Amino acid sequence: MFELQFDESKCHACVTRDCLTRCQYMDLDAQAAGIEMEKIISGQDSRVLHECRTCYACEEYCPTGNHPFYLIVKRQEELGITPLPDPIIRQGIQVGVPFRGDPEITEINGPVLNMGVFSPLARLAQGKLFEDLTRISTDSRKMHHFFCQLMYLHFARTSVINQRLPGVIETISAYKPTEVVHFHDECYGTYTSYAPAFGIEVPFRSIHLFEHLYNRLTELREEIRPVNYKVAYQRPCSSRLSPDAHAYVDKIFDLIGAEHVSRRYVDENALCCGSTIVSQKQEGSRRFCLELQEENIEDMKQAGAELCIFNCPACMQTMGKQVAENGIMPIWMSDLCRMAIGETPA
Amino acid sequence: MDSVYAALVEIVGQDYVSTRTEELFTYSKDLGTSEPQWPDYVAAPATAEEVSRIVQMANEKNVAVVPLGGGLSLAGLALPLKGGIELDLKRMNQILELNEKGRYVVVEAGTSHGKLTAHLHKHAPHLMHSEPGAPPAATIGGNLAIHGQGDLGHPYGFNSDMVSGMEVVLPTGEVCRFGSCALGNSWYTLHPLPDVSMFMGWSGSTGIITKVSLRLFPCKKIQEQDAFVVEDEELVPDILYELTHVGMAEDMMVVSQEIPPPFNRLHYILINISGDSRKELEFKRQLMFDDRLSKYIQDGTGGIGAGGQEVPRPVVSKTSDWRKGGGFEYVGAIMPVTTYPECYKSGVEISGRHGIPYTTLGRVLGSGHSMMFSWTFAFNRADEETVRHARQALHETDEKVLELGGTLWKPAVFGQKLLMDRMDDGTLQMMQKVKHMLDPNGIMNPGNWEVA
Repeated sequence: MFELQFDESKCHACVTRDCLTRCQYMDLDAQAAGIEMEKIISGQDSRVLHECRTCYACEEYCPTGNHPFYLIVKRQEELGITPLPDPIIRQGIQVGVPFRGDPEITEINGPVLNMGVFSPLARLAQGKLFEDLTRISTDSRKMHHFFCQLMYLHFARTSVINQRLPGVIETISAYKPTEVVHFHDECYGTYTSYAPAFGIEVPFRSIHLFEHLYNRLTELREEIRPVNYKVAYQRPCSSRLSPDAHAYVDKIFDLIGAEHVSRRYVDENALCCGSTIVSQKQEGSRRFCLELQEENIEDMKQAGAELCIFNCPACMQTMGKQVAENGIMPIWMSDLCRMAIGETPA
Repeated sequence: MDSVYAALVEIVGQDYVSTRTEELFTYSKDLGTSEPQWPDYVAAPATAEEVSRIVQMANEKNVAVVPLGGGLSLAGLALPLKGGIELDLKRMNQILELNEKGRYVVVEAGTSHGKLTAHLHKHAPHLMHSEPGAPPAATIGGNLAIHGQGDLGHPYGFNSDMVSGMEVVLPTGEVCRFGSCALGNSWYTLHPLPDVSMFMGWSGSTGIITKVSLRLFPCKKIQEQDAFVVEDEELVPDILYELTHVGMAEDMMVVSQEIPPPFNRLHYILINISGDSRKELEFKRQLMFDDRLSKYIQDGTGGIGAGGQEVPRPVVSKTSDWRKGGGFEYVGAIMPVTTYPECYKSGVEISGRHGIPYTTLGRVLGSGHSMMFSWTFAFNRADEETVRHARQALHETDEKVLELGGTLWKPAVFGQKLLMDRMDDGTLQMMQKVKHMLDPNGIMNPGNWEVA
């Protein structure tokens, strides 16, 4: 089976311990962080394994790219320290089980847009921004064959990811894509961060949706009319696996004339949407999640945001209604971009 | 011309009577596994007076009369087992009075639940009635005739517990009213007059319900559904006890089904809550999840599976048909809540034996005083073998219900006989007396609730 390629020496040599000292949900100084990290490395119990909110952020904070979060999740599973109750883990694992037959695959030999497990949202990928891409995973009955499985990082189940992911990669590869634009950050993070970290071979080239949108908007620059909205962006957890791609957020906003409001919880300081925190075993998690969301949305309001931009369906599902009830319109990034070139949002 | 046909034409008009094969065919089937039963006539009256004249004529000519609402019972309860006149009541669909301050609505019995819901949304958005899990075409009268339940089952019990008045055409043609309306007053209460209403739960075999006054309840601005998930079925009764103690939910159902996979071998306690503000909803959630259920969350045996979801109405019928061929039928039974684990396990076992993906659901009635538990069996209408398996599974489940100390709900004839076989003699004799007193010629929905 696949093993995490984790370099202990990098951790031993680390002085700042950013992975844990910068954590927004645990309070550790560098010394305490060092002690806890050593425990985790050596396979011992650590408070971190119990208190982790699984926001993925330490993957981004680590200055050496040493995958502290993947290690935490792996240790959680090995030691049976699960952040979520058992039925929620079983529910989650069963979500990814295909049950409506196999997808019909034809060779594309060109660029594709992988909808992953979000086939019902295929309507978001329409218009000029997507016209050169062939969409795959458009049938919601078959979409679980394209499910990248990375969600199980929230469930302390790297074993499930490692068991299923090669089959998913095989399915996508069967289309013979020249490159794969991933609709969801999570898929992109899977193929560009998680898979290499565990030595899982990915035979296709992955492109982040935002890079694709930026490039297409650049090609269509003449058609862009500034949207002139003040916008906040709800950064999803899996974006922490691809900080380079996150840079496209501001590049897109600049290109289409959206003002990215200045606020506290942005970029590396972004707050988790709370979609899994709400169910976690830690005492008071539900209430903690609500307060987190309220703080996040209040920060958007204080900054004067008119729109909240989402790219992750889980974030939209978790916070969209609440954002709207606070007078900020929730909108997909793809829709915002389409508005900028005069198209009607889906 | 056939004299019955001629009489029906004279009563309801030519457009509302039929003996045409293609129309009789439609009325010969319901959506379940029952064999087709052909009526000789179909008639669609528009008033209680027309209903009265039809049953008087039917007595004279000794022809059976089978009242039909939405035709959605699935158990063959409105199929004409002995031929005769199929009395389609869907033309009697007028909403007669909406008393907002008094919180009741008077409707003709053929009014569909969907129509009433739409009417309330438009004219009294602060009020709601208890809508069953059946499709919106289910009628008010039909639902009462089978002691139906709905999405206000937790606070208020059976839908038949929410009646404030009723008009019934007796099998001999008299039109009777029950409750305050019998005094010429408004239709605001069924009590406290002597209880002579013997029509609910009889599947139309003691009379035809023609008008109903239904209680209405506050309809809050925000309605959402949360899910609490457990893996161990033994925990379900305790969790329901905790939740019913708090009493914050409008509806509580426990769903477990093999397909789709996320529901397999897990128990989703679906909790519908409502509030006029986020503050009200959060108050309710704190009491339920933080105060009563936190022990399950922290020990890892239960968890919040979803929160703040939209409430789909109706729900039950949508979750049942996961097999090609579009057929399903279920055994519904009123069970003690404590029997949930056994009910679930028997559903898995019986379904597995017949090669059917299991689907079970329990709906809490009252403060946990009972639950309606359903075992659903899907089949392919085009595959007789799967129909046979479903039918056999239904019969085995009927027997299992009684073994577990349950009471069959809206049983088909097979289940009715099982119940009457176990009924104490005094009760059985009284049922026989009631039936003979009200329906001396045995014309009303014959074959149903017939005491041997």
